[in-house]
Amino acid sequence: MIETKNLTKKFGDLTAVDSVTINVNDGEVFGFLGPNGAGKTTTVRILCCLISKTSGEARIADYDVGKEADALKIRKLIGLVPDNVGLYDDLTAYDNLDFYGKLYDCPDAQRKENIQRFLTMMGLWEKRDAVAGTFSKGMKQKLAIARALIHEPKLLFMDEPTANLDPESSKTVRDFILELKKEKRTIFLNTHNLDEAQRICDRIGILSTKLIATGTPQELERALSSGGGTRRTVVLLQEQATDAVLAGLGRLSGNVTTEGNKLTIELKDPEKENAAVIEAIAKAGGHIQSVTIAGASLEDVYLKLVKEGES
Amino acid sequence: MRLSKSWIIAAKDFKTYRKKKNIIYALFVIPFLVAFLITGIISYVGTRNTSRTSPAELVILLPAFLFFYVILAAYLATPIASYTIVGEKVEKSLEPLLATPTTDSEILLGKGIAAFLPPLAVLLGGSAFFMILMDLATKSKLGYYYFPDSNTAIVILLLLPLALLMSVLMNIIISSRVTDIRAGQQLGALAVLPFAGLYVSGELDLINLGVASNLLIIAAALLVVDVLLFFVSRATFRREEILTKWK
Repeated sequence: MIETKNLTKKFGDLTAVDSVTINVNDGEVFGFLGPNGAGKTTTVRILCCLISKTSGEARIADYDVGKEADALKIRKLIGLVPDNVGLYDDLTAYDNLDFYGKLYDCPDAQRKENIQRFLTMMGLWEKRDAVAGTFSKGMKQKLAIARALIHEPKLLFMDEPTANLDPESSKTVRDFILELKKEKRTIFLNTHNLDEAQRICDRIGILSTKLIATGTPQELERALSSGGGTRRTVVLLQEQATDAVLAGLGRLSGNVTTEGNKLTIELKDPEKENAAVIEAIAKAGGHIQSVTIAGASLEDVYLKLVKEGES
Repeated sequence: MRLSKSWIIAAKDFKTYRKKKNIIYALFVIPFLVAFLITGIISYVGTRNTSRTSPAELVILLPAFLFFYVILAAYLATPIASYTIVGEKVEKSLEPLLATPTTDSEILLGKGIAAFLPPLAVLLGGSAFFMILMDLATKSKLGYYYFPDSNTAIVILLLLPLALLMSVLMNIIISSRVTDIRAGQQLGALAVLPFAGLYVSGELDLINLGVASNLLIIAAALLVVDVLLFFVSRATFRREEILTKWK
């Protein structure tokens, strides 16, 4: 659905997007993870034909991004939820959707049906005659998503759709994205919420101006673990760790953190080293409740890769 | 270019105006207030100084007063037209609008229609009201109803819409370049200057605004300016700049 090859965008001397090559398949939820200023929004704007690329190639459903003749066709094919919802505050929820439905050439009957369908899905049908300016942030975000879907696009770009939302609204939006995933829509999700990316996305691209890594969340975690990264063993004691226990563990690992009766020990290879950990604790008089191995989390992967990318 | 797309954008803006009472008040109050004020002044002066409102003076004053509506046309477009692009940007609604399958020309035309039609309707109504009031106030002096005379059609149906269009286009150009609504409105108000200049020139006898040929020359010049401004507005509307440089 989306293919880019060495996609680059420069604003004067500043390179906002540097040689990004990605391939997003039909029906896939692709998460674009990166810190602020990484180039996520710029990439989406290029792909939505809102701004031009400096160099490289980008195609959406066989249409050439950057080719004037294809721009309208691409825009008709996609839906965009921008980082700022950009609703018409003086218009009702219904009128906001009706306006966009008309601009996307939705036939009258289909437009009316879709307005009702998406407002109902978002829990806003009862509020259809209320002006958008009176809506809460969460309601506005839901309305912006409904707006992006009004013409039933095959490809949906969402630029940080849960940013600034309360946990309940975030969950509603995430659940809705999962619903869209079931409908086999292709979703390109910009986010810096790692948990959200891990839960929703089939594949993730980590961007820091350059694309640092792509893969499924599990692939990225495995790559870090096997690439010389550290993993953790979590030990629950029956009591708080004594100095003797910490001293014993200190000889095995450079990094031991305590939180109440929980010990987190960073190890290269927990499967081999855990026996020594247990022995050291027992020798120092500690009483173990449980021992578990924690893999590298997506957060570890993200932080490591972004740090490497910056350096 | 698809006119239907432009009309959808214009229709949306009409709906928005209905919620913005200050825009409606600004549109309606001034043309009708001017009609009352000028007629009142003429009636009042007529009772105090008959020489200033003699039939010979009136036939010079009345077309000049009607020209006020051309100046008003340039002025009245500012509140709406200056808001067109920068207003969308300030409300953050420009990005989703630009992401729809509409061209720059369709968006600009839609914005132009939305900024052109409401002031035009109000100005036509206001100027008709002015002519009726003035006819009633001056019939006893002139012995006949002055309006509509042969030049009225040129001023009201040609000069007024062309002046309005010029102001709309100027304001749209300004609106797509500035990043602040107030700055847009202040700069947009400058559209009044050429017409105020024409009025003052008429008062100084540099140009006779009561002569049809002069009015037609002004109309032709305005038409050329309007066409040029339309192309300038298209050339100065840069999506990328608007999206990336405006904060």
